[in-house]
Amino acid sequence: MSGAETHEAGEHGAHPTDAQYVRIAAILAVVTGIEVGLFYTSFAEVATNVVLLVLAGIKFAIVAAYFMHLKFDNKILRRLFVTGFVLACFCYFAYLLTLGVSV
Amino acid sequence: MASHTATVGHEQEATTEHSHGHVTNTGLSNEKLAMWVFLGSECLLFGALISSYFLYRGRSTTGPGPDDLFDIPFTSVSSFVLLMSSLTMVLALAAIQRADYRRLRIWLMATALLGATFIAGQVYEFTTFIREGLTIRTNLFGSSFFVLTGFHGVHVTLGIVMLLSLWNLSVRGRLTRERTEVVEIVGLYWHFVDVVWIVIFTVIYLIPT
Repeated sequence: MSGAETHEAGEHGAHPTDAQYVRIAAILAVVTGIEVGLFYTSFAEVATNVVLLVLAGIKFAIVAAYFMHLKFDNKILRRLFVTGFVLACFCYFAYLLTLGVSV
Repeated sequence: MASHTATVGHEQEATTEHSHGHVTNTGLSNEKLAMWVFLGSECLLFGALISSYFLYRGRSTTGPGPDDLFDIPFTSVSSFVLLMSSLTMVLALAAIQRADYRRLRIWLMATALLGATFIAGQVYEFTTFIREGLTIRTNLFGSSFFVLTGFHGVHVTLGIVMLLSLWNLSVRGRLTRERTEVVEIVGLYWHFVDVVWIVIFTVIYLIPT
């Protein structure tokens, strides 16, 4: 089995093609443009902030799933990373709330 | 190899191939697993730095603050540059998987150059802030901002060094398809640096104080 075949067939699903990677990057660029556009809008601040956080979460998930191949790789790796990420979020939200900081 | 993979199942087949035939308890390559554990721990590091920024940013009574300094159009371009470097990185990985070494070198160098462009932008931003009167010692905002973005910049710089090392190995013919996992692991690090910036760009630059 060649290296390329290994990487394609040995995972839970085939990796995207180069063209698909370019499309994913275009989506990321568009989302970034929307974020910057939202920064200059005069909507309610809280609503804008929530939308900005959601968009950042979407970009984060797209990069992790497709560029870092978490969507296609072994579940153990996904669990490791998600555990570290969720633990960090939980830990520091609790920390900031304890200190009375509004995020 | 064929008889071995037939007995350990689909998942372990994939990972055994990745780890060049080394069988592990997890069925995963040790190096790749170690990188993911490291990235999980990095989430905690950057979480601490971002939390410290939130804790301190509104408590400065002297010196300039975020609203006086941030240049959103400039930082948006920097963010776009780093985002596109993730694309070139993943294209480099796809190239080595196809044994297309010429494109591998092109994409590795493109990724390193995009990373260097991002760092140049950060140096320019830091220089501008210092000229405007914000240093790491001016106020709590300055301390937490420079430490957070500085740590991220150091990570990007280390990534550039790794990319140039891979490029050098490839030029000397020592980075072949059999060593795809090395490129994949460096790629994981690079993409992580990108996702951290995605968070920093939103919570530090775009969400107002």
